[in-house]
Amino acid sequence: MSVVLDAFSIVAIVAGLVFFLAGTVGLLRFPDAYTRLHALTKADNLGIALVVIGLLPQMDGVLSALKLVLVWLLVVLSSAAVSQLIARSVRRQERGE
Amino acid sequence: MTTLVSGVVALLLLWLALWTVLARDAFVAVAGFVVYGLLLSLLWVRLAGIDVALTEAAIGGGLTGALLLGAVGRLRGTEAAAWSERSGAGTRAVAVLLSVGVTTVLVLCVLALPEPAPTLAPQVAQNLPATGVGNPITGVLLAFRALDTLLEAIVLVIALVGVWSLAPDRFWGGRPGPRYTADPDGVLAYLARVLPPIGIVIGLYLFWAGADHPGGKFQSATILAAMWMLVQMAGLGDAPRIDNRWVRAGIVVGPLVFVAVGLLGAWTAGAFLGYPEGLAKPMIVAIEVALLPTLVLVLALLLNGAPARSADPLPSRSADPGPARSAGR
Repeated sequence: MSVVLDAFSIVAIVAGLVFFLAGTVGLLRFPDAYTRLHALTKADNLGIALVVIGLLPQMDGVLSALKLVLVWLLVVLSSAAVSQLIARSVRRQERGE
Repeated sequence: MTTLVSGVVALLLLWLALWTVLARDAFVAVAGFVVYGLLLSLLWVRLAGIDVALTEAAIGGGLTGALLLGAVGRLRGTEAAAWSERSGAGTRAVAVLLSVGVTTVLVLCVLALPEPAPTLAPQVAQNLPATGVGNPITGVLLAFRALDTLLEAIVLVIALVGVWSLAPDRFWGGRPGPRYTADPDGVLAYLARVLPPIGIVIGLYLFWAGADHPGGKFQSATILAAMWMLVQMAGLGDAPRIDNRWVRAGIVVGPLVFVAVGLLGAWTAGAFLGYPEGLAKPMIVAIEVALLPTLVLVLALLLNGAPARSADPLPSRSADPGPARSAGR
């Protein structure tokens, strides 16, 4: 059973890392701030979700697992909000306000 | 494998440090510094120094980063002029010599450390039960080296007084910083409504857990202060007037209780900051509880900066908005 869980963890975390890699490539390669944010937030949100799902079977209790889920939700909330704020400030700068 | 990871992180740290120092743009340098703090806290986790890692992430990366960003904002206008002034060849040569010299001495000191390194850890572990707390870091900070912590708290209060003393006379007693405005239906206002309840619970949890687990008043105070700043920046609340009695009482309550407990110790246990037998834990908890409001207020008000708006009794938003700054409309 634990072998299956370990295999699940490895597959999920590696898949998550692939998304992080894709997001980083997008951050480096895309032409402007909006598309970079787009690549980063979409890919990283999926990436961190997969990493957290992969880590869940490895936690040693329901409480630790819940903490991990809470961290995940907070990261998603803050990264979504911050990317909106960055995009708005970029747009304000472009309009020369 | 883990050595490899630590090695990569250490190399990244060195590279980031260089990059931060060499960056031409102050904003870029601060961004590098914040990432440096976060990576450094990863390294502290690897060294099993969870308390230090938490403090580094909260204060080194977060709070100091925010303070530096504020400084960058104020220096924006003069940055280009500062760059166009080049110091003479002699000055630069002296600067290079001085920094290389300091680095060399530091390297020699580290290489000359005795093996094994001198440690007081066994004595701490041996005497920890007498304090009643389970986290040795808290034991050191509030029992064995309590004087250092007391002085730290006093230094923070003095730093805040120093910042306040930069206020022009006409604004003395007024509110610090700009009055932030933001779209009340915007993302920032949403975040400032959703996050603080969670942040307050996590901050108080860190505070309470600090007795027996990694955590404590400093990390907790940083999170609570950050929540307060978020509410201010979203325009949902304003910075307090610095002549508010409650604010001032909150700022001094920590050091005052600390000194009072210390004097009580001199009277009952024979030494300043000595705890009477069996009462160490309640005394430590009393100090921590009193220090929490002090630290939250001082950290947040340091970020707010010097008073920059008049001390009118009723500064209504339309009549005296002060130097309003729009934050994330």
